[in-house]
Amino acid sequence: MSALLAFLRNTWRGLTAMRTALTLLFLLALGAMPGALLPQRSLNSLKVDEYIADNGWWGRLLDRLQFFDVYASVWFSAIYVLLFVSLVGCLLPRTWEYFKQMRAKPVLTPRNLARMPHHASADTTASPQAVIEHAERRLKGWRTVTRDEPGGGRTISAERGFLRETGNLVFHFSLLGLLIAFALGKMFGYEGQVIVQANGGQFCNSGVYNYDTFRPGLRVDGTQLNQFCVRVDDFEAEFLHNGQAESFDAAIQYQSGADLDTGTWRPYPLRVNSPLRTAGDRVYLLGHGYTPLFTVTFPNGETRTGATQWRPVNLVTLASEGATKFDPPNVPDAEQRRKSQLAITGLLAPTAAFRGELLDSAFPAANDPAVAIDVYRGDLGTDSGRGQSIFSIDQKMVKDGKLTKVARQNLKQGEQLTLDDGTVIRFDGVRDWVSLQVSHDPTQLWVLVFSVLVILGLGVSLSIKRRRVWVRASPREDGRTVVEVGGLARTDQAGYGEEFDALSRDLLAHKEES
Amino acid sequence: MPVNATLATYSDWTYAAAVAIYFLAAVLYLCEAAFARPAKARELAGAVAAGGTRADGTWTPGLVAKPERSRAERLGRMGVALAVLGALLQTASLVLRGLATERAPWGNMYEYGSLLTLAAVVTWLVLSRTFDVRRLGGFVLVPIVILMFLGGTVLYTDAAPVQPALQSYWLVVHVSVISVSSGVLLVPGVASVLYLLKTSGRARFAKLPDAEQLDRLAYRSTVFAFPLFTIGIICGAIWAEAAWGRFWGWDPKETVAFVSWVVFAAYLHARATAGWRGRPAAWINSLGFALTVFNLFFINLVTTGLHSYAGVG
Ligand code: HEM
Repeated sequence: MSALLAFLRNTWRGLTAMRTALTLLFLLALGAMPGALLPQRSLNSLKVDEYIADNGWWGRLLDRLQFFDVYASVWFSAIYVLLFVSLVGCLLPRTWEYFKQMRAKPVLTPRNLARMPHHASADTTASPQAVIEHAERRLKGWRTVTRDEPGGGRTISAERGFLRETGNLVFHFSLLGLLIAFALGKMFGYEGQVIVQANGGQFCNSGVYNYDTFRPGLRVDGTQLNQFCVRVDDFEAEFLHNGQAESFDAAIQYQSGADLDTGTWRPYPLRVNSPLRTAGDRVYLLGHGYTPLFTVTFPNGETRTGATQWRPVNLVTLASEGATKFDPPNVPDAEQRRKSQLAITGLLAPTAAFRGELLDSAFPAANDPAVAIDVYRGDLGTDSGRGQSIFSIDQKMVKDGKLTKVARQNLKQGEQLTLDDGTVIRFDGVRDWVSLQVSHDPTQLWVLVFSVLVILGLGVSLSIKRRRVWVRASPREDGRTVVEVGGLARTDQAGYGEEFDALSRDLLAHKEES
Repeated sequence: MPVNATLATYSDWTYAAAVAIYFLAAVLYLCEAAFARPAKARELAGAVAAGGTRADGTWTPGLVAKPERSRAERLGRMGVALAVLGALLQTASLVLRGLATERAPWGNMYEYGSLLTLAAVVTWLVLSRTFDVRRLGGFVLVPIVILMFLGGTVLYTDAAPVQPALQSYWLVVHVSVISVSSGVLLVPGVASVLYLLKTSGRARFAKLPDAEQLDRLAYRSTVFAFPLFTIGIICGAIWAEAAWGRFWGWDPKETVAFVSWVVFAAYLHARATAGWRGRPAAWINSLGFALTVFNLFFINLVTTGLHSYAGVG
């Protein structure tokens, strides 16, 4: 039992030593590094898969060791928690010490001031009493005690720069607070992304299923999201001649709180760098792209229009890929319907540039849209139970021969093609979509508050020096008074010298006149 | 937003002139360092000048007693004058670019590197007034000339408006604070490396200034730059909250910024921990410096993250 206690005590002591904290700080830095050098799942899971595939056993080993999820890994959390404990262990005794020191008087004057790092002396005709009184005046603003010494001497112990310790403690406690607030934010926050058509498309934060992707914190189950709705009325982008974007603007309207009941919409110009903040959530404009509009006229004369977003594959020219899918009209029999579904896939260029038959995009604005499409007919596999991407067709259906290519053609805006069964497909142009991100982080304000405190504490603790000065005036046999001044910087020595020189000059020089 | 091409051209010219002048200044500084006698010998020579006896005991009447500055010192002083001129030209180059594009002139890696190196030069000039380290100017200016040369060639970007993500007043705050503090940190980095050389005990490095001077120089400038760097990171986080949807997301540049922050914090702690002062602390500071350079080049050029606004690639 006592052995266990001793072990615990030693562990605690070891853990809370400054050296341990320093080592843990290093480990934290070292542990964070792989996250900058290796692809991370949280940022780009495709890249991680690629990396693992490219590196064989090495990639799998790294994966097993959580090197692709560094910041959620067991070992990173362990360092984090240990550092945290070590910090608490460092801070508690220090705070206690601080309170004791604050009430204590400045320490006794050392017997031999000549041994101090800073020292000066002189003699004078003034009495010790007068010397000390003069010194007390000069040391205004310092914490001082005056003491009598045997043999008729008098001394002053003075101390200054106590605020340094205050700043230091504020810095460290705020760091602690920051770590806690950050961790809580990760637990209770969420983040979701969704694509909305920019012609009045709507999104409501009423459930996880409304999102394209949703990343909840550990403590979020998605049942109690903050209620609000957003409607995207219009989107406008401007570009420089070289295709670099100059501005993005989404004209949106939103409703939250009481507005939801009254049906009131409030306008907001959503831009990059200026998110909508409502109902405790933030809505960001993340990106945009194009939706090609196709009108299909079936042999029986019925028409359908398709407006599915395609996704940019070139972020500079916004050349996009995707798949727009159609069910034939008036075919109640599922079996029958599955034989005659249609899919239009291929490349969309907002500003067409043809090299021979090859289509590419020359510019990100929709100046002259064109598509290079393959048309497939057959069973898209939408009822197969396998999930499928909205951006592509299920290649397995093509391989199995259930889906066949029936046409391939380039179409400019307004052009059309006719399939063998008389179906006509017309490319009507494009429409903008925007991708929005919704973020919720209940503690981010706390993180900010603690960061500001970190800065303030740091500034105070680095700019204020803690230092001591002692003055001793003692009578000599010849009737003159010997004045000695000694100084000690309690913290880093850099820079105390000049102040001490000025101080000792004042403390000593004045005497000769009297 | 049209770009004023004339001003942009003048900006490029002044930049090139600044690089050339820094180069000359570095040469002069290095000559001074090469010709100057080691610190000890210099003091001795001064002490015995009146008597006309050299440190080694030989009698040299006319030479030593001359109160005139040594040739080496004159070279060094010319170096300082040129460095000041270079800094003025570089400032002009930044101002002109700002006027040409009508935005803060630190929107891509070329401009950002220029601000960083300017901060380093100014820090150096200011500090060498307080510390007797002028002869080290060459060691500071050489990396600066290299950085500026790379910036002006490989990383050069035409004057242009910045993309929507950067159109924010936080560009003014975040990037200027970060680059000024990184520039200031270049100086303690060099000082710590030299400290390590000086205390390595090899005779070849005996000419370097006193180790204590170097240590104090490194400490003082880090103490100034570290809070600034912290502010820069926090401003980055505030901006990221508005631009990227979260204030911290372990983007590569954020991560390396965090790591170098920790390393500099460890340096400050090491100076206050028995057994870590001196060489260990100097190693840590040099590591911090290396990470800053790594963050600037590797993270911008090799990895892709949200910070890929460098305008290269
Ligand atoms: C937590 C958030 C952020 C941190 C920690 C951070 C950190 C840094 C650091 C350390 C540098 C200088 C790195 C170097 O030496 O090269 C830097 C530069 C820069 N940052 Fe940030 N930053 C953050 C957010 C942002 C945001 C939101 C933006 C813009 C939307 C931004 C734009 C820039 C630019 C333009 C530069 C200079 C050019 C460059 O190095 O590419 N930063 N940032």
